[in-house]
Amino acid sequence: MSHSEDWPLWEVFLRGRRGLSHQHVGSLHAPDPELALQNARDLYTRRGEGVSIWVVRSTEVHASDPDDQGPLFDPPSDKAYRHPTFYKVPEDLQL
Amino acid sequence: MPPTNSDESRDLAFQEAIDADRTVEPRDWMPERYRSTMVRQIAQHAHSEIIGMQPEGNWITRAPSLRRKAILLAKVQDEAGHGLYLYAAAETLGVGRGELTELLITGRQKYSSIFNYPTLTWADVGAIGWLVDGAAITNQLALTKTSYGPYARAMVRICREESFHQRQGFELLAELSRGTRAQHEMAQDAVNRWWWPALMMFGPPDSESPNTAQSMAWKIKRVSNDDLRQRFVDMTVPQSRALGLDLPDSQLRWNEARGHYDFGPIDWEEFRQVVGGHGACNAQRIAVRRAADEGGAWVREAARAWEVRQQSRTSAA
Ligand SMILES: [Fe+2]
Ligand SMILES: [Fe+2]
Repeated sequence: MSHSEDWPLWEVFLRGRRGLSHQHVGSLHAPDPELALQNARDLYTRRGEGVSIWVVRSTEVHASDPDDQGPLFDPPSDKAYRHPTFYKVPEDLQL
Repeated sequence: MPPTNSDESRDLAFQEAIDADRTVEPRDWMPERYRSTMVRQIAQHAHSEIIGMQPEGNWITRAPSLRRKAILLAKVQDEAGHGLYLYAAAETLGVGRGELTELLITGRQKYSSIFNYPTLTWADVGAIGWLVDGAAITNQLALTKTSYGPYARAMVRICREESFHQRQGFELLAELSRGTRAQHEMAQDAVNRWWWPALMMFGPPDSESPNTAQSMAWKIKRVSNDDLRQRFVDMTVPQSRALGLDLPDSQLRWNEARGHYDFGPIDWEEFRQVVGGHGACNAQRIAVRRAADEGGAWVREAARAWEVRQQSRTSAA
């Protein structure tokens, strides 16, 4: 059989333990959401790495353009006053 | 297409980013040769994990205790996982999963030649864990700092899982080595057969590996074949003493001046033979992989057909 039609790709997100947010851990192939979740369980949580799994079709992820990196992320760099270290305060105070 | 000025300046900018230790991510521009080298290396690594399940998988039903069977099952399952992490990393470079499987079973892409050796006795399971996984860890630890992000991240995950693989092999051999005389001899025989092939896993000597310079410049490779091999030898010699087993090399001795162990010459002709398809198990390994692929085809199709029908039901409702 030819492989021209692979199962769709899914991105997998894991919550390591309660109180933490989900983090991207990798991707996998599966025909539907249910099997994507089961495959993710087998592939990414063999040692108790998670208490909750999200799977998202890879085609549903929209990403910023890496070539845009400058224009997209530059503005904050000239706004040092957004950081606490910008301000001079008495050193002996807890501030 | 003739190279243009902008190609050249992009190449230059790419190299500068690499020199500054910036990780390359999937959607970044990269030289075509970087991409194809990366695809080939990651795919070959993925294929090795998948084919690598076979020599040990053959022993699952014959493991001597329930404890050993559970351990071996878990290890082989890990190797399947390693293969999948790596295929996913390769796919970020624009190749398909099925395409890669096709390249493997038609012999157009390779896997590590170590898996073309047969596993003759139960002690081989120990020798593989201790020596083959040990060599793989040495190699993979260096690759956690490789320049391609998805590959490096897969390596971090894999290394975290590998250490149990080596330990269970060491423990298995230690038990046999301290067992009956026949068990000790079986352990020694396995080490005799796996030692040299394990050293070959690091690839040809630096003087004969033409692609090393470019791979080092691109930081795909961070440590050379010979340096990794030396690292492995230095680490393994004391372990062999603890096991009470000999490494089959009469020239193996500590070199005070170098601060390393010297070891005897490697039979690179044997390596070339096995890579060239003439190892004991090359044909069998591919045949088994092909049968699994063809045997699973109806499952892949059925699951897809089920999903299509579910979709049409939801849209009809
Ligand atoms: Fe592995
Ligand atoms: Fe392993």
